[in-house]
Amino acid sequence: MLSPIKWIGLGNFRELLHDASFHQALFHTPLFIIGYLPFVYIAGLSAALALERRFRGSSALRTIYFLPVITSWIVVALLWKWILNPENGLVNSILASIGIDGPGWWTSKSWAMISVIIPSIWKDLGYTMLILLAGLQAIPPEYKEAAAIDGASRRQILYKITLPLLSPASFFVIVTGLISSFQVFDQVYVMTEGGPEGSTSVIVQQIVKNSFDYGRMGYASAMSMILFVVIMVITGIQILLQKRWVNYE
Amino acid sequence: MNRQSLRSKIVVSIFGLAMLFPFIWMVSSSLKVGAEAFATPPTLIPKHPTLENYRRVFEIIDLPRLFLNSLIISIIIVTLQLTTASLAGYAFARLHFRGKNAIFVVYLATMMIPFQVILVPMFIEMRQLGLIDSYLGLILPTCTSAFAVFLMRQVMLGIPRELEEAAILDGASHFRLFRSIALPLCVPTLATLGILGFMGTWNAFLWPLVMIYSPEKMTLPLGLALLSGEHSSSNDWPMIMAGTTLSIIPIVIVYLLFQRKIAQSFLTAGLKG
Repeated sequence: MLSPIKWIGLGNFRELLHDASFHQALFHTPLFIIGYLPFVYIAGLSAALALERRFRGSSALRTIYFLPVITSWIVVALLWKWILNPENGLVNSILASIGIDGPGWWTSKSWAMISVIIPSIWKDLGYTMLILLAGLQAIPPEYKEAAAIDGASRRQILYKITLPLLSPASFFVIVTGLISSFQVFDQVYVMTEGGPEGSTSVIVQQIVKNSFDYGRMGYASAMSMILFVVIMVITGIQILLQKRWVNYE
Repeated sequence: MNRQSLRSKIVVSIFGLAMLFPFIWMVSSSLKVGAEAFATPPTLIPKHPTLENYRRVFEIIDLPRLFLNSLIISIIIVTLQLTTASLAGYAFARLHFRGKNAIFVVYLATMMIPFQVILVPMFIEMRQLGLIDSYLGLILPTCTSAFAVFLMRQVMLGIPRELEEAAILDGASHFRLFRSIALPLCVPTLATLGILGFMGTWNAFLWPLVMIYSPEKMTLPLGLALLSGEHSSSNDWPMIMAGTTLSIIPIVIVYLLFQRKIAQSFLTAGLKG
């Protein structure tokens, strides 16, 4: 861990260009985003729309949806590792009892990423819902009422009024989701440690592995710089697009 | 319209049950031993419920100690964050000094850098200070929060000058103004920041993971990782579920008691951007 410090210029970055496992980790982030972001957004939005108006039990439901948010990742990851246990976990046991041979989940190369994504959606859904609920409640009810009087259908009101006016909150949720996708670590560390065969390796896990398992602090710092640049670029795009796309009435 | 909203109520309720189910399953698993824990088809309500798994958790990890460690560290970090944030917030909002705006911009810039990016340099810094495997090393990097400073500044900017003027005429010092006028008006914001800070520290995993090695210094999340990693390669899931169940009880109670304020705090944190 304590090799003497030596100036190597851009050596670490040159090595990153040829590091297959780092490329794999970089590639896994967009994969994670595709499996995670649309679902967490649509599920969060549906929950927010359904719970916007209060009814008996609606606040209990909000509490339930938000419960995973306050639970630590270590608990969530262990819980889902057990539920998705290929041998006698809940999901495969249920599948087995109706005669289906369940997949290997986090032990299988092709299912491991999905096994990491499912708990991520479950954990973050409540947060997405909370932000979108606040966004919905900020929309003046007169707009919807006026449209309804003019004979607009529920569907028209949703697509022509609610969703456009919700765009600041949606935009925020999506950008936060993007940025947090680049920071994924806890669930991967607990559930798969990046495996099997690197099929769930991600950037932060590579940083931790290189610096603390291999003692390559400089190399891991070069990875951190790449991560930093990526997040800065997303933040920059966010600031640019926010002005153009987002509808602030 | 009513039929449609009834349908959405039913769907959202069923989905809510599905959201809750993993927690129910966690508790259910923790009460089972032997073959029943791994039975196909699984049983939801244990036929022979037992606290055996809970007893074993206490045997393997020092749970009270882990709780206490997490609690003490979280309280220290939150106290430090609130102290530094309110003082710095006051300075940015109320004092005039050279370079104030430049310093504030630097604060804002650090808010955009996620902790994962500075993990390695922070670790190297702590190593050079000889703080690896110490509480000081765990606490120092998180004892200030740029976001908290930002929020305190915003709130203190909103305090009307007139409130202070009388006190200034009486010759009150800045610290006096801070203590008796600014701070009492910031209590709701301090509560928000306290909740966020506490949740963040209580659940923190990555930084404790790289900093702390000694089992007696570990926080609760690290202890749970230990429970699942080194002592149960034999898939002792019911025992692990007993550990996770015990670990979430305090935070769930706190959440149920203060959920309105907690939800509002998460919103405040979200809508800063």
